[in-house]
Amino acid sequence: MVKEDMQHILVALVEDKPGVMQRISGLFRRRNFNIDSITVGRSEKEGISRMTLVVKGDEKIVEQVVKQLNKLIEVIKVSRVDERESVVRELALVKISTKTDKERAEIVQFTNIFRGGIVDVSRDSLIVEITGSSSKIDAFIDLVKSYGIIELARTGLTAMVRGSKK
Amino acid sequence: MQGAKAIVESLKREGVEVIFGIPGGASIPFYDALYDSDIRTILTRHEQGAAHAADGYARASGRVGVCTATSGPGATNLTTGIATAYMDSSPIVALTGQVATSFIGKDAFQETDIIGITMPITKHNFQLRSVEEIPKIFKMAFKIASTGRPGPVLIDMPKDVQEKEAEVEFPDNVEIPGYKPRLKGNARQIKKAAEMLVNAERPIILAGGGVIISNAHEELLKIAEMLLAPVATTLMGKGAFPETHPLALGCIGMHGRKAANYAITDSDLILAVGTRFSDRSTGALHCFAPEAKIIHIDIDPAEIGKNVTAHLPIVGDAKLVLRDLIKYLQAYQLKKNTRWYEKVQEYKKEFNPKMDYDDVPLKPPRIIKDIMDTISYDDIVTTEVGQCQMWAAHYLSRTKPRTFITSGGLGTMGFGFPAAIGAKVARPEVNVVDIAGDGSFLMNIQELATCSENNIKVIVAVLNNRYLGMVRQWQELFYNKRYSSVYLGEKTDFVKIAEGFGVEGIRVEKPSEIKEAVKEALKNEVTTVIDFIVEPECNIFPMVPPGKCLKDIIE
Repeated sequence: MVKEDMQHILVALVEDKPGVMQRISGLFRRRNFNIDSITVGRSEKEGISRMTLVVKGDEKIVEQVVKQLNKLIEVIKVSRVDERESVVRELALVKISTKTDKERAEIVQFTNIFRGGIVDVSRDSLIVEITGSSSKIDAFIDLVKSYGIIELARTGLTAMVRGSKK
Repeated sequence: MQGAKAIVESLKREGVEVIFGIPGGASIPFYDALYDSDIRTILTRHEQGAAHAADGYARASGRVGVCTATSGPGATNLTTGIATAYMDSSPIVALTGQVATSFIGKDAFQETDIIGITMPITKHNFQLRSVEEIPKIFKMAFKIASTGRPGPVLIDMPKDVQEKEAEVEFPDNVEIPGYKPRLKGNARQIKKAAEMLVNAERPIILAGGGVIISNAHEELLKIAEMLLAPVATTLMGKGAFPETHPLALGCIGMHGRKAANYAITDSDLILAVGTRFSDRSTGALHCFAPEAKIIHIDIDPAEIGKNVTAHLPIVGDAKLVLRDLIKYLQAYQLKKNTRWYEKVQEYKKEFNPKMDYDDVPLKPPRIIKDIMDTISYDDIVTTEVGQCQMWAAHYLSRTKPRTFITSGGLGTMGFGFPAAIGAKVARPEVNVVDIAGDGSFLMNIQELATCSENNIKVIVAVLNNRYLGMVRQWQELFYNKRYSSVYLGEKTDFVKIAEGFGVEGIRVEKPSEIKEAVKEALKNEVTTVIDFIVEPECNIFPMVPPGKCLKDIIE
């Protein structure tokens, strides 16, 4: 079997400057690469942001993505993350409709099982915060779908290799 | 120091002697500072001309070419020239005026987001936000433009930053954390390449523009002779290997030499140096050199494996890698592949292109031949784009790097003439001839004023067929001769136009007049336009039809 359209995780350290996101997204559009998600935030070093990109494609495409990213002057380093050797997490906020006390109790129970948290409650809805692998979040969403999801926000993956090496 | 003065001082420190451009509202402070400096400013008549002239300057000399325009329309007019330089890896720095920082984003008069517009067509771009950062940004811009795989860099200069005063320091060097081009090739890979070359039976060298950029032509010649390996070039590689040499095959590709296309198809090993395997060079990929293994040397890792699979990739500067390769090859007892050599010679003899036509109206190959016989190998030839470009590439022999300047990647009509101006400014001691078509020449013909007013002497050889010839040829061959919007008409008089701009014009209709006209143009003290009346529907052959294999080249 050819492993086509596999999911690949890339971590890029980039200079924290205006326009960097545009350079990267422009590159993806121009080269016809597909991005599943991008997350960006500060890294341990001042002036350097850390970006996690999830891309889909065969090996050749991903290799091109990495090379093209490396060509951008403001991209300092790009590494490919092996999911098996890394901590990979995504955060989701799910606003669920709750019409009865019973429904509310059930969702609280599910949230506990998934080690999530209730971060907001109103008379007919609540917001669940849940962290984990994408498939865990998928499973939770699947479970609560029948109650009615009013709003869903997922951050996309962020990742870090286990152990002391960088 | 005032911002504009810091900009000029930075340019001087980079050794800039000339700037091509047009001033405007947002760049007046910059031009005011230039007024006091000894940097020569050449006022072009369109910003596109300025960008191509800077490009031609860069390609002829190997130094960074500088062009400038004001904000808004001035900046957007530069973009075709910037994209041209980007596709052909030419080092230029483009300076654009910009509205004051407080107006940016407000749709102010003549404001355009030139940073956003040029992101995909520059190697990098900058917008100045303070006077203090000017020296560092200019240092970075020139470093990025001229090193690694060269390319255009744009600096956007808001008017208030040009005007403000601040203390500035000029650094001797700058660190760019995300920019470290790999120059030295991996020794183990190069050793392996030597081994593959020694064991190959039908090796061929494919030289691209990277050989010229890195000045690796001497090393390339040495390797070709050591291995007795024939050398084909891409369009951009023309001049990387002396085309008068017995091992020279000329260009491969859609309008390449038949011998070159056949030889590369027959080869069992390609040593590809500084080429990106463009579709116009390779033809259909499934049948491109089907029996060959490929050693791919390139400074840009992203080029390796992009279009063709390399069996042995070597990332590094062509000159340094070839130097190491010579060292490793010297360790072998080299056997010469005389059978392969003879086969290649047979191809060359069989497919030697015919040029000595006596027809009236003129056949372009005859014009190219007579131009070639009249100018010297040190002279520079630029081309426009289309049939004229392919006639020049196919028939005109070049023996030295940086003597054939053409828009290969972007295929920009209107490039050749302003590029010739830039080349002449860079190398005033040689003659510069633009081989043009009437369609292309008309796209930047206004630069005749730049020539006459600045005493810049070039020769424009117009192969005048009254058509957008290449499109007409495709319409003839692939669209049932339905000539849609390709006829340019009979009324344009290039001799009169030349006179109107204060330069010389000569019309040539007979083969016997060609050399005479070129000689006269060489003697003239001003620019000369030679209007060659050529057969209107003359086609450029041979040709590989689009999507076909190199060996399916038709005549």
